[in-house]
Amino acid sequence: MSEFVTRRSVLAGAGAGAALTTLPISMVTLAFGGEREDFTFTYISDAHIQQIKGASFVRNWDQGLKRAVAEANLVKPESDFVIFGGDLAQLGKREELDHGAEILSKLKGKLHAVMGEHDYYLDLGDYWSKLYGPHYYSFDHKGVHFIVLNSILTSEQWTFHRWPTAEQRMLEMAGLDNPNGSPFMVGDKQRKWLANDLAKLDKKTPIVVFSHSPLQKIYKGWNFWTDDAEDVQALLAPFDSVNVIYGHVHQIQYNQIGSISFNSVMATAWPWPYPQSYAQAESHLPVLTIPMNRADPFFERDATGWQLIDIGSGRVAARYQLWDNDQRTVAFDHKAGHPVDVAYQEPTQRRLPQTHY
Amino acid sequence: MLRSTLLLAFGLAAFAATTARADEFTKTDVERYQKEFEQVAAKGRELWTSGALGTNGVACAQCHPNAANTHPETYPKFQKQLGKVAQLFEMANWCIRNPLQGANLPPDDPRMTALVSYITFERRGVKLAPGQH
Repeated sequence: MSEFVTRRSVLAGAGAGAALTTLPISMVTLAFGGEREDFTFTYISDAHIQQIKGASFVRNWDQGLKRAVAEANLVKPESDFVIFGGDLAQLGKREELDHGAEILSKLKGKLHAVMGEHDYYLDLGDYWSKLYGPHYYSFDHKGVHFIVLNSILTSEQWTFHRWPTAEQRMLEMAGLDNPNGSPFMVGDKQRKWLANDLAKLDKKTPIVVFSHSPLQKIYKGWNFWTDDAEDVQALLAPFDSVNVIYGHVHQIQYNQIGSISFNSVMATAWPWPYPQSYAQAESHLPVLTIPMNRADPFFERDATGWQLIDIGSGRVAARYQLWDNDQRTVAFDHKAGHPVDVAYQEPTQRRLPQTHY
Repeated sequence: MLRSTLLLAFGLAAFAATTARADEFTKTDVERYQKEFEQVAAKGRELWTSGALGTNGVACAQCHPNAANTHPETYPKFQKQLGKVAQLFEMANWCIRNPLQGANLPPDDPRMTALVSYITFERRGVKLAPGQH
C-alpha cells in the first residue's frame, strides 16, 4: 500500500510552504530572516537487529531496516544527513551491531548515531563506540545547533553491582515491561557537559536534541521515561526554539513544554501499543498527541517506518513514512505554539481509530 | 449374584448422592485454586517474555509489553484476516507461526493455557465484549 517514496511524493501532501525545499538551492526560502537555509534530514530508528544464530538474523526486523535504508536513498534532493536514533541491536551483540552497521552502510550521506539501551547494556557501549564514536556530542549545521545525548544511562548500583553477568544485565534491560529494569537518565556528568555546550550559544540559536528515550515522563512501567527529564528541560528552557526528537517508543507522540517541542520517531522493527492500552496502569501520554491507528499484525511492516525531518524557522516538521498505514506529518504550528498533526488536528478530519486487530 | 451386588452398589451410590452436600470448598481450597491459577499465569508470562515458543528467539513481549493490544475480551470474534470467527488461541498461534517463526500449539497444550491465562490476567477488570470490533 505504501507508495514509492521520493522527496516529491513525500512533500506533495505536506502543504504548499514545504514544497519550496524541492527547488534548487538558490531558490530555497531562507528561514530565520535570511541567515539560514531550510534543510531536511533523514531519521531512521529502532531496528532491533536480532541474531538467531551465526549469520542468521530475524528476517522481520532486517527487512524493516533494509526497506528504510533503500527508501531514504531514493529521496531527491538528498537530505543533508541521516540520524540513526538508537537500538540498532536487540541484545547489544557485536554480531548484531555489525550486521546493522552493514545495512546502514548502504545509506548515502553522513550518519550520526544515538545510543539506545539495546546497544549499550551488554558492554556499556564499547563496541558501538568503535562503530559510531562518542556516546554524546554536538555539531552545527546551517545555523542550527544539534546535540546528541545518551539518555539511557542509569544508576551505578544497577549498572555495576546488581547483575552477575553482562548478558543478564542486557537481558533485564531489554524487556520493556520488566520490573527488574531501571528508569533511564542522562546523569550528572552529561548534564554538566550539556550546560557547558549550551553556554557558548546565543539564546536565539535553534537547537535540536536527539535522545533515545523521551526527555519527558510518559509511562514509567514501560520506561517511556527519563528520570532527570526536568533537569535536562531546565537547561534547554532558556532557548527560544528547542526541539527534542526521540525514538524508543515505536509510536507517534508529540508535545510542547515551554519552548521545547517534542517529536518521537517510528521504529523500523515493530510498533508498540500506546501505554493507555494497558488496562492496569495510568499513563501520561502527551495531550497533544493524536494516537495513530492500531497496527494490523497481518501486515508485518504496518505502523513501522522512517521519517524525513524538515527544519524551517528553527522548528521541526516530521514527515512519517509509514508502511501500510496512513502517512502522517507532525509540524510546529506557529500560531498555536506547539506541534500539530497536519491532517488530523480537526476532530472531524480524524479517521476513526481501528482497535480490532 | 453379580447382578444383585451391582444393583446394591448402584442403590448405595444413589443414596449417597442424595445426602451428600453440594460441592463445597473452604478458604484453603480457594487459596489453592488461586495459587494454581497464578502459577499457570506466571508460566504464561515466562513463555511470553522468553522467545521459547518460536524458532528465531523473538518473544511475544517484544510487540506486546504486559500483553497490551491482545484484547482477549473481544474474542471469539470475526477475524477479518482469517475470514472466520476465531478464538484467542488461534490468533496466538498466528503470532507463533509468523513473527516467531514457530509451529502451532494445540489449543489444550498446557503452554497455550498458560499464555491465555497470562493474557487474560493482564486484562482483568475490562468488560467482556465478544465479537467487538
